[in-house]
Amino acid sequence: MTDRSAPSPASHRTPAARPAASVPGGGPGRRRVLPYLLVLPGVAWLVLFFGLPLVQLAAASLYDPTGSLSTGYVFAWAFGNYPDALATYWPHLARSFGYAGLALLLALALGCPLAYAIALRAGRWRNLLLVCVVAPMFTSFLVRTLAWKTILSDQGWLVGLLRDVHLLAPDGRLLATPFAVVLGLTYNFLPLLVLPLYASLERLDRRVLEAATDLYADPLRTFLTVTLPLAKPGLVAGVLLFFIPASGDYINAELLGSPNEYMVGNVIDSAFLVRLDHPQGAALSFLLMAAVLGLVVTLLRHTRGEGSPALDGGAR
Amino acid sequence: MPDDDPPGGDLHLVDLSKRFGRVTAVDSVSLTVPQGSYFALLGASGCGKTTTLRMVAGLERPTGGRVLLGDRDLTGLRPYRRPVNTVFQSYALFPHLDVFDNVAFGLRRRGVREVPEQVRRMLALVQLDGYERRRPGQLSGGQQQRVALARALVNRPRVLLLDEPLAALDLTLRRQMQGELKRLQTDLGTTFVHVTHDQEEAMTLADTVAVLHAGRVEQLGAPADLYDHPASAFVATFLGQCNLLAAEAAGTAGDEVAVTAYGLRLAVPADRARADRGAVHLGVRPEKLRLAGTADEVPAGHQQIPAVVTDVTYLGSGTRYLLRTGWGGELSAYTVNDGTGARLPVGAAVLAHWVPRHAFLLPRDPVERAAAPAGEPVGAPG
Repeated sequence: MTDRSAPSPASHRTPAARPAASVPGGGPGRRRVLPYLLVLPGVAWLVLFFGLPLVQLAAASLYDPTGSLSTGYVFAWAFGNYPDALATYWPHLARSFGYAGLALLLALALGCPLAYAIALRAGRWRNLLLVCVVAPMFTSFLVRTLAWKTILSDQGWLVGLLRDVHLLAPDGRLLATPFAVVLGLTYNFLPLLVLPLYASLERLDRRVLEAATDLYADPLRTFLTVTLPLAKPGLVAGVLLFFIPASGDYINAELLGSPNEYMVGNVIDSAFLVRLDHPQGAALSFLLMAAVLGLVVTLLRHTRGEGSPALDGGAR
Repeated sequence: MPDDDPPGGDLHLVDLSKRFGRVTAVDSVSLTVPQGSYFALLGASGCGKTTTLRMVAGLERPTGGRVLLGDRDLTGLRPYRRPVNTVFQSYALFPHLDVFDNVAFGLRRRGVREVPEQVRRMLALVQLDGYERRRPGQLSGGQQQRVALARALVNRPRVLLLDEPLAALDLTLRRQMQGELKRLQTDLGTTFVHVTHDQEEAMTLADTVAVLHAGRVEQLGAPADLYDHPASAFVATFLGQCNLLAAEAAGTAGDEVAVTAYGLRLAVPADRARADRGAVHLGVRPEKLRLAGTADEVPAGHQQIPAVVTDVTYLGSGTRYLLRTGWGGELSAYTVNDGTGARLPVGAAVLAHWVPRHAFLLPRDPVERAAAPAGEPVGAPG
């Protein structure tokens, strides 16, 4: 196996580990095969349930668009499907990222203090609070979203209350608005952001925070220069886990929004299941995938060099 | 902190207390650390020494009492507003910052100019030049220790607090770092307050040692005073080994205190007695006990106890003897192998004798079982 990372301290200290591999037992050949055998089930799984469907989807995105499910599709290297899909549905794609981005900002505003409080301030309430964060996951995603549909409905008490206090016009609504969709996305994916963030905050060495306080950093500076950089892996993981499913989601727009709020997920859903336009659905799927991948790579590239001097030096 | 502050002055702890729930960790400690001195807080684990240090740093809020630096009351100040810095037991270096940025951390938070120059100077002082771009994880324990020192000292604190700074290092490195700590303190003239459970470390480094026991200051003084004239049986046995004989004192007569121990009539100079009446401990350090074969060999004026050698341990530079006294008690004696006198065999009848000034009297709790301190050598060897 290739070892691209810098030699770890462990490998420094035990130079004997390498030669030992070729001593008795099965001999060097056998030792080299074992790791491959161990990854085999995983690779097989990936090929069968990710690789093959992906290839199938890629093929479908290049079908001749004039075909249909009843008349049959012809593979035709029809790259035109991509610009066509983009030209028709770019507003949905943009809306997906817009809503997911807004929901992400909301979730960060809610989730960062929440994870911080649970990890560092909750004391003996920590486990209970963690259960509270995870508890909604025990019910189905669909049921939870339907519950929000009831809460936000025009006849519901919330809309009634907001109308009474004139925060909402007499004919104003919550349901079938972008607000409802963003709210639903925030609510549904919040635990995915909070849990990894909590995990990395919880592992944080408190003594390092004390050291920062001792070295003239007030609570805000301590958070910005020590807590946040050290929790960055968890934060990045949380942002990815939140943003990827949120941008591909269609349930929230379907149940809490109207066709005006439809995201790219809804279009893909209808392309495959309603309009039976497989080439278009597949092309849109790939466009979404490429866009998400691009965002992820950008994010990872910008967060890799954690705690660089520039980052710290700027915070004078 | 900064040179624009009024100068530090002595550090005063006034009736400082800390209770955690029903547990009293620090019980009304009052002491003064003179400016520029090397001060050690010595005690077993759980005696409240680290809690005391954390209250000076501001990391722990006192339940009662005050912390003063010169005329300035620090008690209510947050840690980041105090002109003191800490070297933490585990170093607590910032793992995401390299050595340079670790050391520069405090300077940057305070907006000091000339950060690079000051950091470089401090790294040179702790002999870490060239390591600026290393991460803490790439350094050895001793190097991390130096970074922690540099990170605290670069801020020119009025008081440097060290919490068991050498506990994680192996013996050789610890000895070496002790030397460096002493050198740094002498060079910089900063007040050092060093918490340790290692009596040897405290005695090696500190000008003044405060022995803490159960949250209270048991005794405070120069290392030699603590060792030669301890104030309590705890101090006597915590700092080195000590023979303590349960005895009864009959009051001062002239410049001596007459003592009876197991039927033997002994005397201790009055200025060596912390108690002169009733139940006392008569203490003699093992290295102050000398052994003679016959009464003729005992110099005039020496105090003596007859005993039998039960164990001999050759230690190279010296020999340790265990002796059994007539009443069944045990004494420990240490003689230097300076080439004079032969080694005594097990079973030899001897007279353990000492210069009267080398003994001391300590108050003894009369309810204490007389059997327990029947001359049992107590305390850590050495």
